[in-house]
Amino acid sequence: MQPKHHQSAAEIGNRAADWLVRRYDSEGWSEIDQVQLDSWLTEALAHKIAYLRVEAASKRADRLGALRRPATVRGRIIPALKAVAVAVAIVVVFGASLFAIRSGAPEKTYVTGVGGHETLTLRDGSRIELNTDTSLRIADSGAERVVSLDRGEAYFQIVHDAAHPFVVLAGDHRITDLGTKFLVRRNDDVLRVALLQGQAQFDTEDSRGRQQATLNPGDVVVATAMSLSIAQAPTQILDDQLGWRRGVLVFRHATLAEAAAEFNRYNLQKIVIADSHIARLNINGALRANDPQTFVRSMKMFFDIRAEVRSDAIILSR
Amino acid sequence: MTQTTDTNREGETLRLPGAAMTEPELDAWFVREVLPLEASLMQYLNRNWRDSSEVEDFRQDVYVKVYEAARREPPKSVRPFVFAIARNLLINKVKRSQIVPIETAVDLDALNIAADEPGAERSIIARDELRIVQSALERLPKRCREAVTLRKIDGLSTREIAVRMGISPRTVDAHLVEGYTHLADILYSHTDAMEKKA
Repeated sequence: MQPKHHQSAAEIGNRAADWLVRRYDSEGWSEIDQVQLDSWLTEALAHKIAYLRVEAASKRADRLGALRRPATVRGRIIPALKAVAVAVAIVVVFGASLFAIRSGAPEKTYVTGVGGHETLTLRDGSRIELNTDTSLRIADSGAERVVSLDRGEAYFQIVHDAAHPFVVLAGDHRITDLGTKFLVRRNDDVLRVALLQGQAQFDTEDSRGRQQATLNPGDVVVATAMSLSIAQAPTQILDDQLGWRRGVLVFRHATLAEAAAEFNRYNLQKIVIADSHIARLNINGALRANDPQTFVRSMKMFFDIRAEVRSDAIILSR
Repeated sequence: MTQTTDTNREGETLRLPGAAMTEPELDAWFVREVLPLEASLMQYLNRNWRDSSEVEDFRQDVYVKVYEAARREPPKSVRPFVFAIARNLLINKVKRSQIVPIETAVDLDALNIAADEPGAERSIIARDELRIVQSALERLPKRCREAVTLRKIDGLSTREIAVRMGISPRTVDAHLVEGYTHLADILYSHTDAMEKKA
């Protein structure tokens, strides 16, 4: 079980810190590095625990950044001028508008309906999973791969190719993969990007100018017309957010109103909450996305509520 | 949004009854429930093991056993669980090492009650968290502290830190590695970076 018994805890701890710095702080983290880290972590439980420990300490230190500069985007922000140079180096230079799709590239549109879930496999082996009620366009000019997410949510597993950058456009925002798995969700005026593996570059350009950040694993970007924030999310939360890939919705301290809104993304039979007290009730658990009835049944078991079931709606009241 | 990235909430585990924890859940559980006990665990091990140079390895063994046991069945009460494992490991080690075990064994029994006290560590509330981390940062060796501050607070890249500090990026990395290692010891073991160096 523990093949490296001759290694002391101090040595393992040092190695773990070394991996952590290489992964999050140094430049040039590659897929090969990731594979090597994964294999080191699985080699002995002591390795993984040492890594968890130093990572937890480092994450606690991350919060200091939030304290000092609450109004700005925190994290690995590249100053604007340098950022331009970096962008030119890795990303194809765009025309007049930074986020315009190059004309001439053949474009295809993919749409899922309410409750839909589809996986696209691109020629290069990259995969895009579309969640419910999603619309995206793919343009592959040969020089670059550009996906526009017009609505909904998609999970990207991108085979990195430095010569042909993979770019996701969503409104004023652009995500450029640097070898990644990431989740993008766009609804109403909120864009959320969660990076699960690898690295990506996040750009946003609006009337106030341009901002850029390099995203690392665990980073979650939330962008609205008024704000942009980047925070680290625990792996567990990211896993929850990907529950839909297995057809499951995971709620942690969600209000009933939030849970209902989430179910309503997936189903035509909408859950309507007719009472503000019920709307504020807290729930936890994992439930099947396409089964609002079971959700309502369990709510009735725990809370003193009534449900009126119609073909197009379930109305909850006291 | 149903999911939250609020860091104050990451402490909660919510599972359907009877379900075993998944690997990520287990990792999160370990960080949240076990690591905060490290200072008392180290105290316990230091009191009961004469060779202090072995205590860190001991802690590692305890952690591995705790993780393995929790994988089989998540404990209801973490503190007694961790200390029971530590105690068993101490006893086994005493038996194997064949050094006079009597005082140690007596001591172990006497200390067993400590495992049932409610953990003072858990009472640390979020408001204090930043202050704790900040004072931990201040206890790092000077160059380490400088590199970690530029990284974590100013958000600079390794290359930028290298320019700022007038050293190579590799040296920056080395400072960060040392800095994070010390931070973990200060935050969890409550040992001082300077002391440990000496």
